[in-house]
Amino acid sequence: MTDTTLDQFRTETRAWLAENCPPEMREPVRSEKDAVWGGRDQSNLTPAQKSWMDAMASKGWTVPDWPKAYGGGGLTPAETKILREEMAAIRARNPLNSFGISMLGPALLKYGTEEQKLTHLTKIAKGEIRWCQGYSEPNAGSDLASLATSAESDGDDYIVNGQKVWTSYADKADWIFCLVRTDKTSKQGGISFLLFDMASPGVSTKPILLISGNSPFCETFFDNVRVPKANRVYEENKGWDVAKYLLGHEREMISGMGLASTGGNPLIDGAIATVGLDHDGKLADPLLRASIAMFEVRSNAFGMMSERFIDELKAGRAHPAQPSMMKYYGTELNKSRYELMMASGGSDALEWESDRSNGGSTPRAWLRTKANSIEGGTSEVQLNIIAKRILDLPSA
Amino acid sequence: MPLYLNDEQTMLRDTAKDFVAEHAPVSHLRSLRDKKDEAGFSRDLWKSFAEMGFTGILIGEDEGGLGLGHVEAGIVLEEIGRNLSPSPFLTTAVAAVEALKGSPHAAKYFPGILSGDTVAALAIDEGAKHRDTVALKAERSGNGFKLSGKKQFVTHGHVADLLIVAARTAGSADDAEGITLFAVDRNAAGLTANPERLTDSSLAARIEFDGVEVDADAVIGEIDAGRTPLDRLLRAGRTGASAELLGVGGGAMDMTVGYLKERKQFGVTIGSFQALQHRAAHLYSEMEVARAAVLKAAQLLDQGSDRADHAVSVAKAMTALATTLSVQEGVQMHGGIGMTDEYDIGFYMKRARVLAEMFGDANFHAHKLATLSGY
Ligand SMILES: Cc1cc2nc3c(=O)[nH]c(=O)nc-3n(C[C@H](O)[C@H](O)[C@H](O)COP(=O)(O)OP(=O)(O)OC[C@H]3O[C@@H](n4cnc5c(N)ncnc54)[C@H](O)[C@@H]3O)c2cc1C
Repeated sequence: MTDTTLDQFRTETRAWLAENCPPEMREPVRSEKDAVWGGRDQSNLTPAQKSWMDAMASKGWTVPDWPKAYGGGGLTPAETKILREEMAAIRARNPLNSFGISMLGPALLKYGTEEQKLTHLTKIAKGEIRWCQGYSEPNAGSDLASLATSAESDGDDYIVNGQKVWTSYADKADWIFCLVRTDKTSKQGGISFLLFDMASPGVSTKPILLISGNSPFCETFFDNVRVPKANRVYEENKGWDVAKYLLGHEREMISGMGLASTGGNPLIDGAIATVGLDHDGKLADPLLRASIAMFEVRSNAFGMMSERFIDELKAGRAHPAQPSMMKYYGTELNKSRYELMMASGGSDALEWESDRSNGGSTPRAWLRTKANSIEGGTSEVQLNIIAKRILDLPSA
Repeated sequence: MPLYLNDEQTMLRDTAKDFVAEHAPVSHLRSLRDKKDEAGFSRDLWKSFAEMGFTGILIGEDEGGLGLGHVEAGIVLEEIGRNLSPSPFLTTAVAAVEALKGSPHAAKYFPGILSGDTVAALAIDEGAKHRDTVALKAERSGNGFKLSGKKQFVTHGHVADLLIVAARTAGSADDAEGITLFAVDRNAAGLTANPERLTDSSLAARIEFDGVEVDADAVIGEIDAGRTPLDRLLRAGRTGASAELLGVGGGAMDMTVGYLKERKQFGVTIGSFQALQHRAAHLYSEMEVARAAVLKAAQLLDQGSDRADHAVSVAKAMTALATTLSVQEGVQMHGGIGMTDEYDIGFYMKRARVLAEMFGDANFHAHKLATLSGY
């Protein structure tokens, strides 16, 4: 693609965004409720949220680089990058957060049948169906492949029994992508990857309250749930391949969470608001300033690493285990960002319920970040992967 | 521009890698040190850098150079760092060239730099910590100037042919403006260079200017407006030093990971111990993040972006942090052998400390980043 065509694309994109992104969608997301997740039930969306999601979906720009046939924008990597830059320039919010986009979609694009792609991808792109992830079980966390939820063959269907845990938003999701055991004689070679409707008879969920006081997480129970075999992605007993591929994307998504693309810098703005600037224009608390500045060095450098990682991925040059490094570094960094947010917020940042604190959004977010280095594979597990697969260190 | 090396840059990297590893591996530094070499680097090696065209990387094609950019200079510097090769590449072919670019001095000095005959040194630091302050005085005298004051940490300052000197022609030490940059002959009367051997066995001079007389045409750029070429020099020097640090940290990490795969204790290779695996994996992550920062800074400099200063400080601070970790973990994970002079890892630790200090350490650049960000 020539530079002039790209320049033209940029100009058009800028104009389109200016026209279609409502002002309310150019403010940073203030709390979890502020983020749009799509789904069958859209009654809780504000008009601005709904119009922004729909406008973006109409261009295929909720998933700009997916093929048009599946609801995507069919953009090249260079065009996708321009779109993201132009969105960042006006501090436009992500129109739609979705496990469908960041996790299931890429796995379906690679492993799904044509029919599965046509059925599910367009609905994901338009935010019509909300997905949740059924991986972890009470006795299968880091050692995920030891999972026990069973799927017995019964004609054209499977009968699924067992329990999942930590299923984020299971109570709000419409469908689940789920790992089940179809062969007890082989650990990793006995797992299959199933998709089914959470409204199926026999599915129930129970919330888990987190230390942040929020409860988007659930225990999920399957009691003789009937799932058509046509809903299995890829071959029977080969679900682990799909699961691992999807985990790579999940890690990528989690690693990017700390990189708020909505402009401004809440950490610095917050510190200036609480401790103030001295007559030289420096933060009036020199040690806090030093801690923030040192953090910003790493955080800026990690932003550059993220850019490099995306460029390398698009060019097919990234090491397949590199998402582990991104996940590890990004989540540890995000945790230290929130430690500093709490330190610079002082007693204001301790308020848990007040309006001024927006319902304790900072302390709740601070506590929530502690899970970043657990969910999607713990930091220790990522370090194991880097050591073995990238540095090629020997097994014990 | 994607944040990885393109095909030509990858080719340059392979060439530089082979060349530096063959001509100036760590054993070269070791032998210079053992014979207490008085220059601190090899003129022959500098000549062969020139023959490879490396000294002309940042010099325009119309002036006989390769007309490439900071990304390419960084590629060569990373290999210099990886092999701990003592050379005036950073001061001469990168920082001095950037300072002289576009001035009448280019015609005078570039041919010598291209042929490997000229070595330049930077007289910019006045205290033990790098600062943006300049106190050394340049007073008008006759048709020129008279320089008086002191500089320190002038690498190659005792053997350089050319000194780039930052002096004050107006205002006071802390002022950003009122600086004039001079190209000074090292043999000028009234100039004494006292070389000191540093921790990494390189040599840096403390220089005294005792009424050193220079012609008006020694001025680089405009009188009182030396900040412009000085900033160009500093951006290039800081980015280049980051690239060299990256090589030092990367070289130390490779040695360490190699050792983890080979050393046996308790009947197994120590690299199978998870405690060490996790530290090695963490180190890898820090180094990768630093690598991205260096390339970004070099690319932004080459594009003339107004975000360059910001990225340069990120790169210099980040490489200092990551490389310091790399050499510390390197010595620790080598165990006792890491403390012996016979083994190379200690050389990495010493060079890292020197380069971390050069052109501003991590604290200096974190402070700069904060100031640029308005807090
Ligand atoms: C907020 C949150 C959201 C989540 N969302 C989902 C979801 O939507 N869907 C889903 O399926 N799952 C989800 N998870 C589950 C998550 O993937 C698991 O919690 C995670 O993989 C860790 O498993 P575990 O909790 O059983 O811990 P364990 O595996 O029991 O780990 C305990 C400790 O031991 C360490 N450890 C374990 N094995 C090793 C080893 N080999 N080497 C070194 N250290 C080791 C771990 O790092 C950890 O520190 C979520 C978890 C959280 C906290």
